[in-house]
Amino acid sequence: MSDAEIVKEFLVESYENLDRLDQDLIALEKDPGNRDTMASIFRTIHTIKGTSGFLAFNQLEAVTHVGESLLARLRDGLLRLTPEITTALLSMVDAVRQMLASIEVAGSEGQRNDQELIATLTRLLETKEVNSAASPRVNGESPHNAIPQPVPNLGDILASEGKVKAVDLVEPVGQQNASDPRYLAEMLVEKGTVPPQDVVHALSVQQQARGQSASDSTIRVDVAQLDRLMNGMSELVLVRNQIVQYTNSTDDSELLGTSQRLNLLTTELQEGVMKTRMQPIGNIWSKFPRTVRDVALGCGKQVRIEMEGKETELDKTIIEAIKDPLTHLVRNAVDHGIESPDVRRAGGKNPEGLLLLRAFHEGGQVNIEITDDGAGLDFEKIRNKATQKALVSADQAARMTEREITNLIFLPGFSTAEKVTNVSGLGVGMDVVRTNIEKIGGIVDVQSKPGQGSTVRMKIPLTLAIIPALIVASGGDRYAIPQVSLLELVRLEAEQARKGIEQVNGAPVYRLRERLLPLVYLNRELKIDALGQDAETSEAQNVNIVVLRADDRQFGLVVDGINDTEEIVVKPLSKQLKSVNTYAGATIMGDGKVALILDVMGLAQRASVVSEVRDRALSEEGYEESQGAANGSQRNSVLLFQYGENGRMAVDLALVARLEEFSRNAVEIAGGQEVVQYRGQIMPLVRVSEVLEGRDRHAVPAGQESLQVVVYSDKGRSVGVVVERILDIVEESFVMQRQTGRTGILGSAVIQKRVTDILDVPGLIAAADESQLLAGAQA
Amino acid sequence: MAKTQQFCTFFLKDQFFGVPVQQVQEVIRYQEMTRVPLVPQVIRGLINLRGQIVMALDLRRRFGMEELPDSQLPMNVVVRTDDGAVSFLVDEIGDVLEADEGNFELPPETLKGQARELVKGVYKLHDRLLLVLDTERAVNSGEEAGRKVN
Repeated sequence: MSDAEIVKEFLVESYENLDRLDQDLIALEKDPGNRDTMASIFRTIHTIKGTSGFLAFNQLEAVTHVGESLLARLRDGLLRLTPEITTALLSMVDAVRQMLASIEVAGSEGQRNDQELIATLTRLLETKEVNSAASPRVNGESPHNAIPQPVPNLGDILASEGKVKAVDLVEPVGQQNASDPRYLAEMLVEKGTVPPQDVVHALSVQQQARGQSASDSTIRVDVAQLDRLMNGMSELVLVRNQIVQYTNSTDDSELLGTSQRLNLLTTELQEGVMKTRMQPIGNIWSKFPRTVRDVALGCGKQVRIEMEGKETELDKTIIEAIKDPLTHLVRNAVDHGIESPDVRRAGGKNPEGLLLLRAFHEGGQVNIEITDDGAGLDFEKIRNKATQKALVSADQAARMTEREITNLIFLPGFSTAEKVTNVSGLGVGMDVVRTNIEKIGGIVDVQSKPGQGSTVRMKIPLTLAIIPALIVASGGDRYAIPQVSLLELVRLEAEQARKGIEQVNGAPVYRLRERLLPLVYLNRELKIDALGQDAETSEAQNVNIVVLRADDRQFGLVVDGINDTEEIVVKPLSKQLKSVNTYAGATIMGDGKVALILDVMGLAQRASVVSEVRDRALSEEGYEESQGAANGSQRNSVLLFQYGENGRMAVDLALVARLEEFSRNAVEIAGGQEVVQYRGQIMPLVRVSEVLEGRDRHAVPAGQESLQVVVYSDKGRSVGVVVERILDIVEESFVMQRQTGRTGILGSAVIQKRVTDILDVPGLIAAADESQLLAGAQA
Repeated sequence: MAKTQQFCTFFLKDQFFGVPVQQVQEVIRYQEMTRVPLVPQVIRGLINLRGQIVMALDLRRRFGMEELPDSQLPMNVVVRTDDGAVSFLVDEIGDVLEADEGNFELPPETLKGQARELVKGVYKLHDRLLLVLDTERAVNSGEEAGRKVN
């Protein structure tokens, strides 16, 4: 017989045996006492092991060898067959079968890694005799469902719940081991040790323990199904808005209560549905190490990639939308940002460049940063390029600051350069990146330091389908403005408006904190008639300015009225309407009517805010920036407020989620703490004066009918900081002197020529929580 | 037996029009609309059709006819298109008619103006003519036509 024939014979024989082995193992589990079955199993494995050793199939021999030893212990009664052992033996059978298949096709076992399986078998082999309450068979326990994770034994569950004493278990388990075929529960109930309902309960506990394994706790869902769910959810939000609006005008308390509950439940449901569509950003990042490696190899560079915040979650549609821009930025950073190893070495840097990806949540948005430690932008080259391309005049270019030059790379004309690689740094297709990010309501920004690298920062909304928006009125219609573009609201009384709105050669402007804010009249831009313009009432002459941000520029949109902020569901427009880039979509309002969503960027372009204002605003900003830099301080936006009777404090505007006013009656007490209902949640209130000065809340002057509240949000938790009065929002350069002695205060600085304390919001809240706890303990 | 085709019919001024029933989603009475500034006048506005936002096209304007008197409110014929549902504003709704394909004829050469582009053909009924509206064109070329009106 030739070798090949011997192998063939071995295969045929082994296949037959293996098929029987599966059945035998399962039969054995049902009837562990059956010596014949055991002997048969042992023989099969022993034969395979022997022959494979003879034929030099070492992998196969190794696996079957441990299996055989395990079986030997079982046969000799040194071990009891547990579901875990059965599973391990079954996976051994599978491994043997795969190896045999491979031998049949390729003549060898193939590249395999059976270390884990062997380790499992070995571990089981070395288990000491299991003879306590362990391993009794249990009603309804099916070997097919057996999983390798330890599932608590019925006896253990009963004992831990105090239904049965451990001693009571010794006898039945002993009987079971002495081949009493009855189930443990059966024996216990028969003896009257435990009532049947306790056993039923224990069984369900056991079942739950099994159900919690990883494979059982997740399911795969079709994305289309999730989209449908999301659509249905959006509709529900609309109906909710309608009902809430309607019920607010009735005084049927029962209906009001129900609608409030509906409101709350819908919000919860909405969050839940949104979460199902969330994906970690790591899903798209996971491809980047490969991209970086390929690009780096291609241009002879050494680049290491690091990632922080892989688990940061975003809506699926947004993940899709940012995938290409991100890939582009990563490629760019490696291709143009990071220098070749020689250059890096010469510059005293590690020859291996570092690309850092960071993602984190902040203020209801996701921030994504791509940082490289490369050469940074070559400002001179960008300057030259831009003049060459006639994007800016040579004169303008010469006056530009670094920041303005950085912004040039986002200009559409800039990246179409025929040979882009000579512009070191980023700069290829950046306009496309910016357009794509802005399309989903995000913003992009680049910061660069020559020789030290660049950072591209993106701020991206969590989801697109439902967005917070400000509803304004113009010409009798309502329009929604996405909150992301909104900076602040300014209202000028008729008298103020007459004096405050000035003209620069026909272009209306308003001095907002000593800077000229170009004004755009919504009705004029939309070519609609404003209502009540002819009326001589003062209301008609009041001016409402919505300060908006478009492309880093600010402008004031003058509207007839400002209604409220609302969560709106964005619906796309048909293509006939998309051609007008003034609208981002439409939405259905609480009363069932349709309102258009303004595209702030498009509107700004239409009103020529972006192109015309840019240069001036740029140089202005540049001037202030360089001033700030000269003082060695930073420009900060802070909110100034009054606390106590005449305390004056500032808080970093970035920490402020919202400013709200609550009526005194809206304040309720929960757990000894003041709370208000806010956006479907219970928001605790913290009084600055109470925490900082230890004042009693009841001593606070009761004259004021409403509370001014600065809403601070962190990780989905909102806290309302109650202040006496909101004074102003200022943007100033100042140096803060740190001060650690006082709770709730970060330090102080000179703001508006007055020494002002700067509030430490997290510190304040922590302090309030603490005093709350103390108060609770005393009570 | 000759093949027949069912039409949802409506009136514009004194003309009798039809759209194949398969294309019609529904017919509803006048709905309040939200105007859309800056778009061609043919687009009268947006209506909320049970949570779906539908663009309403004024067919009189589309055909370059004079406006419907203010006292009379138009009706909506909601038609399915590749770009979602679109509502045509018409004067009045007629019956659903069955027309014999043998009675179909292409529009006469002498047809002028917008109608030439928008009428697919004519069915000769007993007592009158049924003009078949080309819905795709009515929706899509609305832009250029509307610009001229503006």
